[in-house]
Amino acid sequence: MERRKFLQIGAGTASAMLIPVFGNAIAADELLNPMAVTAKKALADTAMSAATQAGASYCDVRIGRYLNQFIITRDLNVESINNTESSGVGVRVIANGAYGFASTNSMTADGVAAAARQAVAIAKANAKLQTEPVRLAPVKGVGEVAWATPLKKDWRTVPIKEKAEMLIAANKAGMDAGANFMTASLFQINQQKYFASTDGSYIDQDIHRLWAPINATAIDKASGKFRSRGGLGAPVSMGYEYFDARAEDKIRAAGGVTTLYTKSYDIIEDARLAGKQAREKLTAKSVEPGKYDLVLSPDHLFLTIHENVGHPTELDRVLGYEANYAGTSFASLDKWQTRKFKYGADRVNFVADRTTPGSLGLIGYDDEGVAAKKWDIIRNGVLVNYQATRDQAHIIGEKESHGCSYADSWSTVQFQRMPNVSLEPGKARLTPDEMIKDVKKGIYILGRGSYSIDQQRYNFQFGGTLYYEIKNGKITGPLEDVAYQSNTQEFWNACSAICDERDWRMGGSFFDGKGQPSQVSAVSHGSSTTRFNGINVINTARKIG
Amino acid sequence: MKAMNQEQAKRVCDRVLALSKADECSVVIEGSRVGNVRFARNSVSTAGLTENMQLMVRVAFGKRSGTAVINEFDDKSLERAVRRAEELARLAPENPEFVPAFGKQEYRATNTFVKSTADIDPEFRAQVAATSIELARKNKLVTAGFFTDSTRFSTVANSKGVFGHQEFTDLSYTLTARTEDGRGSGWVTRSAVDTARFDAREASEVAIEKALRSVDARALEPGRYTVILEPAATSEILGNMFASFSARSADEGRSFLAKPGGGNRLGDKLFDSKVNIWADPWNPDVPVSPWDVDTMLARRKTDLIKDGRIASLEYSPYWAQKTGKQATAGHGNMIMAGGTKSLEELIEGTRKGIVVTRTWYIRMVDPQSLLITGLTRDGTFYVENGKIKYPLKNFRFNESPVTILNNIDELGKPVVIGGDEVPYQMVLPPMKVRDFNFTSLSDAV
Repeated sequence: MERRKFLQIGAGTASAMLIPVFGNAIAADELLNPMAVTAKKALADTAMSAATQAGASYCDVRIGRYLNQFIITRDLNVESINNTESSGVGVRVIANGAYGFASTNSMTADGVAAAARQAVAIAKANAKLQTEPVRLAPVKGVGEVAWATPLKKDWRTVPIKEKAEMLIAANKAGMDAGANFMTASLFQINQQKYFASTDGSYIDQDIHRLWAPINATAIDKASGKFRSRGGLGAPVSMGYEYFDARAEDKIRAAGGVTTLYTKSYDIIEDARLAGKQAREKLTAKSVEPGKYDLVLSPDHLFLTIHENVGHPTELDRVLGYEANYAGTSFASLDKWQTRKFKYGADRVNFVADRTTPGSLGLIGYDDEGVAAKKWDIIRNGVLVNYQATRDQAHIIGEKESHGCSYADSWSTVQFQRMPNVSLEPGKARLTPDEMIKDVKKGIYILGRGSYSIDQQRYNFQFGGTLYYEIKNGKITGPLEDVAYQSNTQEFWNACSAICDERDWRMGGSFFDGKGQPSQVSAVSHGSSTTRFNGINVINTARKIG
Repeated sequence: MKAMNQEQAKRVCDRVLALSKADECSVVIEGSRVGNVRFARNSVSTAGLTENMQLMVRVAFGKRSGTAVINEFDDKSLERAVRRAEELARLAPENPEFVPAFGKQEYRATNTFVKSTADIDPEFRAQVAATSIELARKNKLVTAGFFTDSTRFSTVANSKGVFGHQEFTDLSYTLTARTEDGRGSGWVTRSAVDTARFDAREASEVAIEKALRSVDARALEPGRYTVILEPAATSEILGNMFASFSARSADEGRSFLAKPGGGNRLGDKLFDSKVNIWADPWNPDVPVSPWDVDTMLARRKTDLIKDGRIASLEYSPYWAQKTGKQATAGHGNMIMAGGTKSLEELIEGTRKGIVVTRTWYIRMVDPQSLLITGLTRDGTFYVENGKIKYPLKNFRFNESPVTILNNIDELGKPVVIGGDEVPYQMVLPPMKVRDFNFTSLSDAV
């Protein structure tokens, strides 16, 4: 039987996506009634007591209700509206020094107690193979607390019709401007997460996220050529007010080649530009392979940061816990221990955090009850820290967890996931236009594209959405068939300039996969426009049959 | 698992269909019990069990449709689900591309259930991990692995006479073995419907041998080489290609199967004549459900590529209606014809070449040519005069599956490739392919 269920959007286009489908579809009227906190506390206490009686030395209980709405449109039609709900309880225990986990959708006292006992039985079976008992960094119980994503407008209260009309209007704008085909989708996530642990925490959180990817495709029927241009809006953790576009949240890209967005998103304008630019891509000049200075816009650079700074500094990868699937990391403990490992140039500073407003990683507490925080990963180009959970903190000499534990559902076990990892802006005043003035032979790259990196995060090859040739300090016109290929450490050491904080903004990955069975998480990465000198660019055009 | 047998499932479906006042109504019930054990650094890291069962009701009034899902099965809950779906359908915008549900289908059962797999318990899973860890320790290696098994059932029914019910089991295992100094790495994947076809020791030995052999890899200049691609190295690459077999995308001019000037390339010879690929739900090695749950259409044995020609494209119900073609059921598996030679025999017949165990981080670079990029991983070896001479550092490649399937020198004996990491359950041969395009070196082990 086929395991994976995916929604395929924009099939056969450059930005075709496979979206994991999770949860069950329900009607909108159910969405607004959260389960009472007292009922959740009673269920959690029942599970913790059953686990303790069965021999657990530690237990945490996550009661989850995950409400999502996905609206998928194609050209002038609404293809589907899926309301999904998934509710249940996940119980994680430590018994005889080993972890055990069980989950159930039976939200009764008997159901959660049975899951707790099952988790203890699994822990005991695993303990026989355990070489070293699990050691959790201490967390002080916080008692009963609540946290919610700050928002002005709740997506759950916006009529479906209004949302569908916005997407269709975007598609129409793109088609009027030159696209033959358009897709626009809206992913709306609400995670009602209740966490309780035998440390004495009862944490009730209400988390909201939004993403509206668009895609324009233009074709030249005679030659059979087709090109796509994806949207430049970022996924966010905020309210539906994100779609109330404001003039002050628009940024003119270097050379005025397009419009970019900060705290709100003009999806109609971006769709119109997407349609126009998709058509322009059909006749853009094919890149000459060679070395170029790359000027990377934050809406592109976020994914490069995600792949070659975010993932390599996940401590579970470094230690080998992901060796069988995602891989390990070149940023090994021995390099970190020297306190001299030059990950990048002196000007390169990376900070991990789960506190930036609007970011996908924004939370109050992680899935181990650890409060959100901020810490350095790379300072003055040197690797100084990793991303850790409670059971990993002692390995890197930390007294407490970084708060990086996350599970994508009540039914999955929590493990180390990436916080927002962001590049600090440059200290000297510098705009993207000023940055380009110093470039003799370069390429300005915007938007996300194809990306691939090896299992230890050395060798990568990335593409974007829009490419512009820079000659002697000026943008001369659009390019196509561009991908850059480099080595992570060489690349960050080739970082030659970073624009200042006026240009700093975040991009994000809404469905980041990791683990076995694979789990998705959402994370943002901020940066200003940044330049890298002398990077190898290849031409990706090919002829087939 | 709170499993339902056919009789119980039929009763629930009939009840739901009777409750609906819509023009049409479809029901899907699915239940599963999924167990797993995950280990790393020669020790179990996580293990778990997840049980779930749900019922989906989809109704339509004219061209408006709505869907609701519940996981309670008493009469009151069933009625609530039906009313909720009807309410959503009335609120939904009319979809001009709506196609009514299909009528009664003939589902010929497939052999997808084996009791011994359904009986797998935590001790069995722990023993799989223990077998690999013990063998690895003996060889001074560090392992990381993932074993998962599932028992499921699926029921489909609609108001036009469709009914189907079937049970399924499967298991899959992946294992990575690495040397303690991190200079060597090997990997293996296995999947089966039946535990009798799974041997943790045999699988472990493959990963261990590759790890030991891959130490002290040498760098070879990137370029075009003859490669021997193990089945696991091509599964995702080919899966990517079949994701682009939509007739609609081709007809609309946005697929590698679009014809310049209009139309699609059905019938065109795009690959070497040795390439024959088909879908067959009854294949004994990779049996899958006899229906496609989305359309409820009965699956049939279907040629995808015949003697190197495009033999069929996928027609969604809407596109089939618009173009006057038959709608196709989504495929659940993919079988590629091969030869009789083992991987070792293919190597023996190779003067100079590179063996690729596994490919990684496959991404589409250009959908126009299906150019993809990715890297080799966990066992890349140089072959000279019929023998593996030494391990190689990993490469990045930029290549199109269309080019790969054009440059086939020889095909070996097909094997099963399934599990979580591939888009379909597959039977694929090892392939000897000329002029495979490696574009850079990677330091990753």
